[in-house]
Amino acid sequence: MSVREMPSIACPMPLPVKSHVVLGHGSGGRLSAALMRDIFLPAFGNPVLNELNDQASVSMAAGRVAFTTDSYVVKPLFFPGGSIGELAVYGTVNDLAVGGAEPQYLSAAFILEEGLPLETLRRVVDQMAVAARRAGVSIVTGDTKVVEKGSGDEIFITTAGIGVIPEGVVLGPQYVRAGDRILLNGPIGEHGVTILAQREGLGVSGDLVSDTAPLTELCRAVVRAAPGLRTMRDLTRGGLASATNEIAATARAGVLLDERSIPVSDTVRGACELFGLDPMHVANEGKLIAIVAPEDAQSALAAMRSVEAGRRAQVIGTVTLNRPGCVVMRTSFGTDRIVDMLSGDQLPRIC
Amino acid sequence: MRYLDEYRDERLFRSQLARLTQIATRPWVLMEVCGGQTHTLVRYGIDELLPAGMEMVHGPGCPVCVTPVEIIDKAIALARRPNTILVSYGDMMRVPGSESDLLHVKALGGDVRMVYSPTESVKIALENPACEVVFFGVGFETTAPANAMVAWQARRQGIRNLSLLSSHVLVPPAVEMLLSSPHNRVQGLIAPGHVCSIMGTGAYEELAAKYKVPIVIGGFEPVDLMEAIVMLTAQLEEGRCDMENQYRRSVREAGNQRAREMLFEVYEVCDRKWRGLGEVAVSGLQLSAAYREFDAELRFGLEDISVAEPKECISAMILQGLAKPKQCGAFGTRCTPESPLGAPMVSSEGACAAYYLYRRHNGEMSEDECVPSGEGA
Repeated sequence: MSVREMPSIACPMPLPVKSHVVLGHGSGGRLSAALMRDIFLPAFGNPVLNELNDQASVSMAAGRVAFTTDSYVVKPLFFPGGSIGELAVYGTVNDLAVGGAEPQYLSAAFILEEGLPLETLRRVVDQMAVAARRAGVSIVTGDTKVVEKGSGDEIFITTAGIGVIPEGVVLGPQYVRAGDRILLNGPIGEHGVTILAQREGLGVSGDLVSDTAPLTELCRAVVRAAPGLRTMRDLTRGGLASATNEIAATARAGVLLDERSIPVSDTVRGACELFGLDPMHVANEGKLIAIVAPEDAQSALAAMRSVEAGRRAQVIGTVTLNRPGCVVMRTSFGTDRIVDMLSGDQLPRIC
Repeated sequence: MRYLDEYRDERLFRSQLARLTQIATRPWVLMEVCGGQTHTLVRYGIDELLPAGMEMVHGPGCPVCVTPVEIIDKAIALARRPNTILVSYGDMMRVPGSESDLLHVKALGGDVRMVYSPTESVKIALENPACEVVFFGVGFETTAPANAMVAWQARRQGIRNLSLLSSHVLVPPAVEMLLSSPHNRVQGLIAPGHVCSIMGTGAYEELAAKYKVPIVIGGFEPVDLMEAIVMLTAQLEEGRCDMENQYRRSVREAGNQRAREMLFEVYEVCDRKWRGLGEVAVSGLQLSAAYREFDAELRFGLEDISVAEPKECISAMILQGLAKPKQCGAFGTRCTPESPLGAPMVSSEGACAAYYLYRRHNGEMSEDECVPSGEGA
């Protein structure tokens, strides 16, 4: 929605938005303006966006700025517990929050496939707006493109976000030390398994719901409670296995996880058994690990548990001097095994 | 979780292990045949908990692993054909052929589809009458009946654009080959539970009697495997060599008769090449005369594709229990799951891949590095 076309909003007889996305909606002409007027502004409207400039002009508090971007291509668009719209907000917000930042502003760029029902777009946009309000961020700039039918898949969204890192908060895997404790804010694997069950049309009954949620409040609580907080990382694709492996590699330290302390719901375990997956590799959208100095482990745990997104937090492991770069799981039988990153996509086994 | 937690129960497992320690007086060498069992053993480190001297060696029972490379190449050739849809299980997608794999062919525009049930290929064939649809299925006796359903339904419904590329192998002939080898070290066998739930227990009773080796049909969870190890050890210590069934919750003596009927309606026994083992007599299944028109190899003239195994690979030794993955000079360096030289590194259920996945770094961790107990509980 480049601002150059915005004067057409003032056209006395604007083209009405039709029932489906057509190529013209991305042309920068009147249909683009109608889309802005009828769908985006009513949902996202805020003083910065309403100015409809080529760029958002915002003021930031003093401090270092955290800046991140992510693209969202989930299929199906809507699933139990969330939608692509919520993911597009929370995913980017969480990337900022785990850096200790207070997320403030997002951009949102949409790639729409010709023929998409406008009602679908409206639903996604409305859910993004609700998510942004919940996460305390404003969507202040954006863009829309339309591609021919078959060149996309309904909706792809890219969001970028900025936030301010308060004075004195310095986090990163390079600060991780042997003896540090690893905390996880709740049961893993819920998002990935929910999506897979939807995609495969598997009628898994029960409480299979994506964990999509903003983690800002949780991060804030941990930052406050644990001066010895080293780093946090949200667990998205690749799951807990990838996040711990990345930290072990950057910190050149070993990670020892205790299998018994890692929470996994029965539904997720059951579905993983069925699909031949390991919950350690399954995607999450509302989970993080925090690595803290040993003396801060209990206060960080209490802080996590004091907020909704961390009610079921656990200490799940320690950082070790042994086997740098390697993540090891101590099994319930007292034996050790390597926890590797997934190679390629997670595919089910055949028997 | 019911029906699972019981079989991963630490106390049950420990009490079986204590019993094993009590009765084992000699360094018995046992083999688990099935790749699923290998995976559990290595994942939970069960083989490392056995009394000193006792050893688990890993058998040839990973169906993806023992599928010859030329079958993968044939699948790739089919996936590259215009107007052809290749349908398979997810596990086959990443298995490297001699120069590519199905995921790459898909990325370059081949129509490759992943399904959970082989009969979905029937639906795909009906929905795409202008395309040839080929279902690519490999496996042991466990998956053969379901794959047979594809040809059975195609014939029954007169679906002309559907065929099968299949490479099925049978467990007992391969086990017999191992046991009859002059180099055999295996003193007791854990037979594959899921295969037996289809085929019944008869063939293993015969093998136990013929080769005077105790055989226990085992399940796939830690408690199952430990119980099977205890049962085998008890037999060995008592000088018995019977067939016993640990996996009673799934395996009946007669197996699954309806599944077997379907299997032998569509398939007949043939000689078959195993990756790593070579040709094993009467160890495979091919479409029977009445169903041969659904054989993709014949329909598309693919019989001539053949590939030689890399010389460096010692998979024949691994699959017979004569060597361990780490004894191979290429393990973890020139041979990895991303770029396997041979059968056992191909699928996560292969012995080499399981060692690579869970054990490629050695060395014990000291107790003080453990998570302090009770913390965060």
